[in-house]
Amino acid sequence: MSFHISPQGAKCRARLASGRAFAPVELARQLAWSRREFIRSAAGVALGGFLPPSSLIARAGIPVSKRKVVVITFGGGARDQETFAPEGQENIPHLMRELIPQSTFFTQVVNRGILGHYVATASLATGVYETINNFASLPPEHPTVFEYFRKDLKRPASDAWVVAPSNGFNRIGESSHRSYGPGLGARVILPKHLLSAATSGGTDYEHLLRDNYETPFYTPEVGGSEFALQQLGMMLKLSVDDFKAHARTLSSPDELSVYIVRQLMRQLAPSLLWITMHDIDIAHSGAYSLYIDGIRRTDRLCADLWKTIQSEPEYAGKTTLFILPDFGRDSDDDSGGNGFQHHRTGDALSRTTWMMALGAGIREGVVFDRSMESTDLVPTLGSMLGFSASLAQGKPIPELL
Amino acid sequence: MLPSDLKPEQFNGYPPEARKLVTAYVAALQRLPLSFLPNLLREAIEYDFKFPAERRALEKELANLSSLSAEQMKDWLLGFAQIRLSFQLEHSDWVDAPGQFVEQLSSYLWTTHQLDAFRIAALAYADRLRAAVPPEKPPAPRLGITVIGQGVATHDEPLFRKLRPHGAYFSGIQPENGLELLLHAVAARAKAHPVPYGHWYIDGGQAAYDPALTCVSYHALEPARAVLSAKIRAQIERPGMGPEALRTQLAQLRPADLGLGLGGDAVLDRFQIKMLTEGSGTQVFSTTFAQWTAREALRRAQPLTLLVRFAPRQRQKPMNEMLSAGHDVAELDPLGSLIDADMGAYYNWLNLQRLPGAEQSSFLVWFEGHSEALAIGPSLPRGTKSDAAFSLEHLLSWAS
Repeated sequence: MSFHISPQGAKCRARLASGRAFAPVELARQLAWSRREFIRSAAGVALGGFLPPSSLIARAGIPVSKRKVVVITFGGGARDQETFAPEGQENIPHLMRELIPQSTFFTQVVNRGILGHYVATASLATGVYETINNFASLPPEHPTVFEYFRKDLKRPASDAWVVAPSNGFNRIGESSHRSYGPGLGARVILPKHLLSAATSGGTDYEHLLRDNYETPFYTPEVGGSEFALQQLGMMLKLSVDDFKAHARTLSSPDELSVYIVRQLMRQLAPSLLWITMHDIDIAHSGAYSLYIDGIRRTDRLCADLWKTIQSEPEYAGKTTLFILPDFGRDSDDDSGGNGFQHHRTGDALSRTTWMMALGAGIREGVVFDRSMESTDLVPTLGSMLGFSASLAQGKPIPELL
Repeated sequence: MLPSDLKPEQFNGYPPEARKLVTAYVAALQRLPLSFLPNLLREAIEYDFKFPAERRALEKELANLSSLSAEQMKDWLLGFAQIRLSFQLEHSDWVDAPGQFVEQLSSYLWTTHQLDAFRIAALAYADRLRAAVPPEKPPAPRLGITVIGQGVATHDEPLFRKLRPHGAYFSGIQPENGLELLLHAVAARAKAHPVPYGHWYIDGGQAAYDPALTCVSYHALEPARAVLSAKIRAQIERPGMGPEALRTQLAQLRPADLGLGLGGDAVLDRFQIKMLTEGSGTQVFSTTFAQWTAREALRRAQPLTLLVRFAPRQRQKPMNEMLSAGHDVAELDPLGSLIDADMGAYYNWLNLQRLPGAEQSSFLVWFEGHSEALAIGPSLPRGTKSDAAFSLEHLLSWAS
């Protein structure tokens, strides 16, 4: 008999019929060790040890009120074989050669939650393992980092933004929590929604409107085209014609997201900016070449965004960038899955990811391989920016503070 | 309802062979935890449409469960018994719709953070079952053959990188009549070892039909794929339809719904339907179809011989466009398909290795029309290279 398990709401199968019982913790450690050794040898960074607590703000010399944070989720799920393992390094040249040497890198970030992209990203944003339906248009149940940031620091709505790839992410900006919620969250831009509103779905743009690879036959509709066009003109200072003309030069939804992010940075310069990448999730189609293309593109886009951060006056020198996946994908060794195609087994490889931080106040070229959880991000951002993530489950990461 | 309340007449809705099987074991089923039983029933309800290897495995599993004492049963299934279930799950129709129960159970396990506990219980059970009821050894060593790269003239990246450590790489293969030769070898094995569903030929394009083989091809299923695409488009336009409801609808499709079922092989028809309705990407990419079908054929039918030939898939486009099944000739992506198929070959080998008798099995992958191939077998050295001139016949004789 085989056992059928799928991510909450995904309704697709995986099997747990055979294979030796394993110790997930041990596998996660081995994975982290491999990443560490490879990064040390390939990128020439040092292994981090005990750090006496010190003030990041003091080290950076930037007052809290001036600090900015950009979070990029290396989204869609990429495995070690295709990224940090020796055979995968060719797919992430920008991370390896440009970003990791400037970063503090954590090799063992474990996601113990539901491995669906929306719910996992929501968990990253709340610091709590959310259990909402991955495919429903629902807000997170716990306060998001944007709400903590805005409420505690009394920041305006224009100071926290999310750029997300998929229509399903339209509720990620603010939670349903009664002490936070409506009016306190981030503004959310769905670039594909913008493009759709601007072009009425013209054939020149269909390659940029790909969506929701996990359930490719179904894309929930998001209303409000009028508001979307309003965002385009009033906030991003983009004419519909200019937007359409530029979009025609792009090749993927994530490229469209990065284009919008740059506009946001130039026009509104939010202090807290969250970008979710998603191209890699094309892996669900089973086409390995498209999955690899997605990884290479995401690698390049991360480096492009880092260059933008360094070149924009509002961000240069006072911004900390975090890059982390929401989770990985299934191992080739787990007979219950189908290798890179999905993230349905809940095995150690799909749960164990990494995180890099770089920029203001961050030590360069250091690797830490202790185990931490993906829910630690929000409390860490709280400590950096001066708000209290009181309902988050994670803990601040001392190596970054 | 709980398993202890089960009665034989509750299986009246099952197909005849399945009903006969489970009613013979009702006493054993009554002793199973609810977190376990519907998974078993999900397999049993399909018994009439299962391959012989699957049937035998299920029969043995039921017989084994039936033979366990109360103490042994408790010990074997302790991990499952500790899974907490909801009132809603307990009161769902898990006898008649075990598949839907398992779908709901999956969601519930993720949501309640019990997935890891379930995984541990499942793996422990599988290990014990394998020890108590060892898998059947094949009557002859298995042979897997994968042909990749159809339509590719040149390429830059090295091929078979994941497989090279496990076998011998050849760069001087004589490619003339290679496909015919391989088909002939597979047909000869089928005649030498006539086992039902024991020798398969899966083609991502158009297959050369051979009555001695179980043939599945992406091209032959084109009418079924068109009907399926139309049904999907109609479903997603319905108000209130979401991915979960769509998934349930697809799972309920039968061969006749997609224009199949006229060929007289109900087992193979049901298998092909599942490839299209349960596989992800199989409806739009021929490379995905070939890989997933090979995986499922190996897992379920446990064939002695499997020949998989990948064909170029259509170039990536937005999903709606790929599903529209227009009459225009799809633009192909041969180079991307070569990369897909190279990985697919690795997965075919991995899945072959998961079957009983893996230590005696052989594997051959060939870049169609070219001089590159790789062979893996008990007598072939690992991690070696040769640029000497050989035919595919040589490789087959060394590998097997």
